[in-house]
Amino acid sequence: MAAVTRRPWPCAPSSGPRPAPRAGELEAARRPARTYRLRGRLRGAQRHGGGAARPHLGTAGTAVGLTMDPECSQLLPALCAVLADPRQPMADDTCLEKLLDWFKTITEAGSSLLLLQENPCLVELLCHMLKPQDLSSRVLSFSLRLTGVFAAQEDCFQYLQQGELLPRLFGEAGPLGGAAWTAPTVRSGWIQGLRSLARHPSALHFLADCGAVDTIFSLQGDSSLFVASAAGQLLVHILGLSMQGPADGPPSLQAGDWPACAQKIVGHIEESLRSMATPQITQALNVLTTTFGHCHDPWTRVLWVRLSPLVAGLLEKDPVPAAHSLVDLLLSVARSPGLSSSSCGLWETLAQTLSRLSPTQAGPLALGILKLQDCSQALRAQAFAVLLQPLACVLKATAQAPGASGVLDGTVGDFATVDTLLPSKAACVGLLCRTLAHLELLLPLPQRPCPWPQAPLLGAAVTLLQLCQGSASPTSDTGRHLCALLLGCVRVQRAALDFLGTLSQGTGPPELVTEVFAVLLEYLRSPDSSPTVLKKAFQATFRWLLSSPKTPGCWDLDPQALLFLRELLPVLQKRLCSPCWEVRDSGLEFLTQMTGRWGGQAGFRHTLLASEVPKLTEQLLRDPESYVRASAVAATGQLSSQGLCISPASPEHPGGQQSPLSELLHILSTDSEGFPRRAAMHVFTQWLRDSHADVVGDTEEFVAGVLQVASQDLDWEVRAQGLELALVFLEQTLGQPGSPCPYAVTPPVVAPACPLAQALQPLCRVRLFEFAFRALFDCDRPVAQKSCDLLLFLRAKMASSSSPQEARSSPDVASVEAALQRWQAGDQAQPLGDLEPEVVLAVLKSMDLEGLRGALAESSDHVEKSPQSLLQDMLATVGILGENEADCY
Amino acid sequence: MKLYCLSGHPTLPCNVLKFKSTTIMLDCGLDMTSTLNFLPLPLVQSPRLSNLPGWSLKDGNAFLDKELKECSGHVFVDSVPEFCLPETELIDLSTVDVILISNYHCMMALPYITEHTGFTGTVYATEPTVQIGRLLMEELVNFIERVPKAQSASLWKNKDIQRLLPSPLKDAVEVSTWRRCYTMQEVNSALSKIQLVGYSQKIELFGAVQVTPLSSGYALGSSNWIIQSHYEKVSYVSGSSLLTTHPQPMDQASLKNSDVLILTGLTQIPTANPDGMVGEFCSNLALTVRNGGNVLVPCYPSGVIYDLLECLYQYIDSAGLSNIPFYFISPVANSSLEFSQIFAEWLCHNKQTKVYLPEPPFPHAELIQTNKLKHYPSLHGDFSSDFRQPCVVFTGHPSLRFGDVVHFMELWGKSSLNTVIFTEPDFSYLEALAPYQPLAMKCIYCPIDTRLNFIQVSKLLKEVQPLHVVCPEQYTQPPPAQSHRMDLMIDCQPPAMSYRRAEVLALPFKRRYEKIEIMPELADALVPMEIKPGISLATVSAVLHTKDNKHVLQPPPRPAQPTGGKKRKRASDDIPDCKVLKPLLSGSIPVEQFVQTLEKHGFSDIKVEDTAKGHIVLLQEAETLIQIEEDSTHIICDNDEMLRVRLRDLVLKFLQKF
Repeated sequence: MAAVTRRPWPCAPSSGPRPAPRAGELEAARRPARTYRLRGRLRGAQRHGGGAARPHLGTAGTAVGLTMDPECSQLLPALCAVLADPRQPMADDTCLEKLLDWFKTITEAGSSLLLLQENPCLVELLCHMLKPQDLSSRVLSFSLRLTGVFAAQEDCFQYLQQGELLPRLFGEAGPLGGAAWTAPTVRSGWIQGLRSLARHPSALHFLADCGAVDTIFSLQGDSSLFVASAAGQLLVHILGLSMQGPADGPPSLQAGDWPACAQKIVGHIEESLRSMATPQITQALNVLTTTFGHCHDPWTRVLWVRLSPLVAGLLEKDPVPAAHSLVDLLLSVARSPGLSSSSCGLWETLAQTLSRLSPTQAGPLALGILKLQDCSQALRAQAFAVLLQPLACVLKATAQAPGASGVLDGTVGDFATVDTLLPSKAACVGLLCRTLAHLELLLPLPQRPCPWPQAPLLGAAVTLLQLCQGSASPTSDTGRHLCALLLGCVRVQRAALDFLGTLSQGTGPPELVTEVFAVLLEYLRSPDSSPTVLKKAFQATFRWLLSSPKTPGCWDLDPQALLFLRELLPVLQKRLCSPCWEVRDSGLEFLTQMTGRWGGQAGFRHTLLASEVPKLTEQLLRDPESYVRASAVAATGQLSSQGLCISPASPEHPGGQQSPLSELLHILSTDSEGFPRRAAMHVFTQWLRDSHADVVGDTEEFVAGVLQVASQDLDWEVRAQGLELALVFLEQTLGQPGSPCPYAVTPPVVAPACPLAQALQPLCRVRLFEFAFRALFDCDRPVAQKSCDLLLFLRAKMASSSSPQEARSSPDVASVEAALQRWQAGDQAQPLGDLEPEVVLAVLKSMDLEGLRGALAESSDHVEKSPQSLLQDMLATVGILGENEADCY
Repeated sequence: MKLYCLSGHPTLPCNVLKFKSTTIMLDCGLDMTSTLNFLPLPLVQSPRLSNLPGWSLKDGNAFLDKELKECSGHVFVDSVPEFCLPETELIDLSTVDVILISNYHCMMALPYITEHTGFTGTVYATEPTVQIGRLLMEELVNFIERVPKAQSASLWKNKDIQRLLPSPLKDAVEVSTWRRCYTMQEVNSALSKIQLVGYSQKIELFGAVQVTPLSSGYALGSSNWIIQSHYEKVSYVSGSSLLTTHPQPMDQASLKNSDVLILTGLTQIPTANPDGMVGEFCSNLALTVRNGGNVLVPCYPSGVIYDLLECLYQYIDSAGLSNIPFYFISPVANSSLEFSQIFAEWLCHNKQTKVYLPEPPFPHAELIQTNKLKHYPSLHGDFSSDFRQPCVVFTGHPSLRFGDVVHFMELWGKSSLNTVIFTEPDFSYLEALAPYQPLAMKCIYCPIDTRLNFIQVSKLLKEVQPLHVVCPEQYTQPPPAQSHRMDLMIDCQPPAMSYRRAEVLALPFKRRYEKIEIMPELADALVPMEIKPGISLATVSAVLHTKDNKHVLQPPPRPAQPTGGKKRKRASDDIPDCKVLKPLLSGSIPVEQFVQTLEKHGFSDIKVEDTAKGHIVLLQEAETLIQIEEDSTHIICDNDEMLRVRLRDLVLKFLQKF
């Protein structure tokens, strides 16, 4: 208090009643936030393009919003008044977050001290928090964090210190001892405030003086996980800050010479590591993990040398406490560039940990070790053995003859080991799924163990799948026990199928590959396979078919794979008739993939055409489920591209079936759901790109028809895809656009032999420009962006070819421009009519397409994002609340 | 307590339980797999079947060629199909007091039992069980009687001849006991002996036991039974299901705390999940029909067919099959479809609520209304004029030996476009198809068995915790074809007791208590004396009256007054002589105090030994031994009666008398 009376401190408790905001301010503040409309945006964008920039927060390339503009300064007192008034609660605390972000941006760009001096209401607000009153915990938390943000700058810190504000907010006199402390959000605000504040040596002294470190220690065990975690993070931050040392040089590398604050924290960690209570050990380990993960200064090495005996001591306990955190710490240390050398005894600790932890706990550690770039071979071998252990157990338990598990044999002991590894269903399933996931992660890495035991792993995956299906016939008791545990377990089935698919990247002994195909077929056939399992079985099958040995010079499937395909197609046929739509859907996806890959190959074509699959696919275009229809559209598109569709009109069914093109056009124009229509557009685009036989006949009619339907579609993705199709047509008509890659080998651009205007004729005939202009003013931004790109591409073409005939000021141009302005204004009823190429060229030239593109690139909420808008919104909300309150009485 | 096992078929059980003074038959299932050894009975003359070659022995002897025909390497009996009955010799079936029926599939042998064994008891079953059981019997009788067979083969059953026959005829068991189908008259007579019961209804049997049916969740009206006395409880679980199909859900809670749980009627296809099978059924059906083929579903006229029709009702539109006609052909098709809609109280909750809307509980009503499902009593008549292809036909019998299905097999078997889909799990589909070989039509096996599987049984047993489980031997080991599947057997502690056909099982459980009532006036006269806190004793002198298995203690008659006149003594006056009652003793002997007392009374050289049950006090000088145990005290001394009496009196000092 004394300090307050001594200095003209704006937040002095005795400074009397808060000055009421002026009427004008309040009125401005209570103005509802402006709503943002598309047309407004476009107009604004055009202004923006013309150089009339508006201040936008966070807009790339502009510095606006980084200082407090006068409008905001004007609104701020009213807002502070509202925040300090407990009768006007903030309904939405995301506003406070945004406000804080804004202050952070401002303080990062300029002086906090200046900000506070120019806006005394801010300090008033902070001082207001010190009064004993019924404040909302959100606002209190916000104020604590805001104080931290300001105090991050040393001069501002000193300024706030003068008013004793900091100790009163963060010390024992503050919320720390009061009722507000029970709210986790206040405790969190306290920690985050200190986290922001702790940036300079003065802050360290402050922390030491106010005894904050002890409070942080206790908050590590807070009931709120967020608070506990933040407390840990703050400790790491303070430790790092104190080790940066005073300005006169780097800190000593001798642990005994460390600053008092660091000593205190390290002492606390040591004490926790010696503790018998697992939560305390976990806290200490987490702090250390973060420290070694974020800081690689030399002192961290000293820290590890000092603490590693204590960490190693944890391994002596039975069971090992906080095993997961211990694994995290060891991996964090191992990854730290300054520590990973063997001199720290780290490899020995890791090896010891691997052998001490249970298989479930050791799995992540083993994976982490195997991912390390440099580590001893012996440790890698040990880690890999740990990782493989569960699968080795499975192989051993189900082996017909001893030694059948091959390379994995050495990794496992007797059946007793199996029992400890796979005791109950939950444990067994969890362990196996994790192991498979770990191995799947490891497989594509360059540092994966070498030699990679491909064959035993394949064997293990196949065995697991057989066990889950009940088709394995283990002879041992353990095997039978395992079978009973895993039978019908969907989780293991999914994990094993994923893993099996990944293993297709390598080769395997032919007899094992045969087994792989057999087990996949078994899964695809089984009526008990769940839809997700079936989908994964389809995916794995495709991957294995892809990897099946190739006949040299031929892309067709090898004879064995064809044989498999012959067995597979009846299964696929049945799956396409499944009552479960997910199954029909994944069946169709699989068919699309297969056809895309082998559709041109004789063996595949022959087998597929001999089956009912193409006919069923055609029937599924009328499936009641829209996802299935969409997949059927994709499959039909692919089949048709490869000439594998059923004959359109057979003598038995005259007129009964339509050509795929008319079927898909029908779907595009009539289907009630978006997915099938989108799929149809994708197919049409692909057909146009590939010069599909049905399209080549009369491309213009095809494009015109599709664009006409697409332009009326309510789904923006369909319209966007329409632009994609238009672009393909444009490219085909005018030649390829310039390659975006400067090193790509591009064929010499074939300039159209005829003048550009003439080349544009087909585009006009298919009404491509009308479609594109309409899309340019589309209410969905991606469509407008795409259209803009298309027109810009066209204009680039125009620039490259000098066209003498331009109708720059003909009456047609004027009428088109007038129509476009109406379109832009939202009135798109009137069509543009038949356009002449010259008119199009003239209109394109006159348009500010670049400006439009710039405007469209901005996020759609950039106006709302402005700080002024935020302040207005917050005040408006409170105003509305107030009105409601008045209504109630 | 004994269990007589009359059937070896685990899902068509027939057991007799002797419990207290009652003899209760639990189900009487009829094993119809025997019919697979016979040639099909074609509704229309089949040249193929009638021209099958007769079978002759290896030596060319053809004396059996009239009875046995050969078809695609299999030998069939050319005669009216016969059924394998439950054992009738193991126990005198005329002594059976009651028969408890658990579901309509498990009552098909009822006429054989009630009409031909001297049975005079009562049969208990729920109403849907009786009504649908009647339909099944009616259909069976109709299928067989409408195709009269002139000849009846019996030569082949001769034991000496049978062993010369090829398998499976050679291995068929008890062929001499195989019988032809019963008549409708016998069915009616058998069914007239049934008394209808409702779930949870308690039925007293001679005052000795109480039986109660509980919902078993498997079929309309299907029940498990509880048979209990005052202190014992036996549960009979037969054909139960935990799946949410059309029947009322299974009542598991009431099965708790059974002394014995007899477990029969588990799923016959434990490896097939009914959901997956229904999916398979729909997929194959759609695939066939889309290719222009017909689908034949051999089935019973009730049960799973309701669920299948419901699935199809939901599926046909999505599969684009709305125009495909579904035909249900059975002499009882109409009754079955209509009965299912009226047994609302026996249906699951969802279906019950529909009735109050009011809507038909099963959607097949709508299928019929929209003409998508049509039903006919037989092939003849309206069906032939309505029939159009491709179509789906549901018809019986699932054995493919009789019924309209035989005609469709002959009609459609030659085309690979058609498919027969087996959904009933009772018959091996390969054996059912044997007399139709060679067959071009596709065959799909989608057995849908909703009864409990082993995982469900294991959970059930954990929950209801019976002291002992009794089950057919097939359930105590994995199926022979999958010997490694330890999960396909009952796993419980103590291990389940198993039975096989014609075996008598003494159930491992002794009756220890019987409830006896005390008349109020006698109870009033009792003077209890508290011997321990909370425990009082009283001596009772009374006469025990037992009537209708109820025991009552009545006050003893007053001593006869000396009569002056020479009246003739009536039997009832002849009361037993009451002996002078010795006092009853209670209490325990504290050894230390007892030894002190002995010493006080001049005994010396006393040694005390601890034994497992108490103590031995040794009076070495007197060569006497006092054995003190919890419930007895013995004084062992050599012919010194004086000493014994002295010691006895010392012992008695520590005990209370009353």
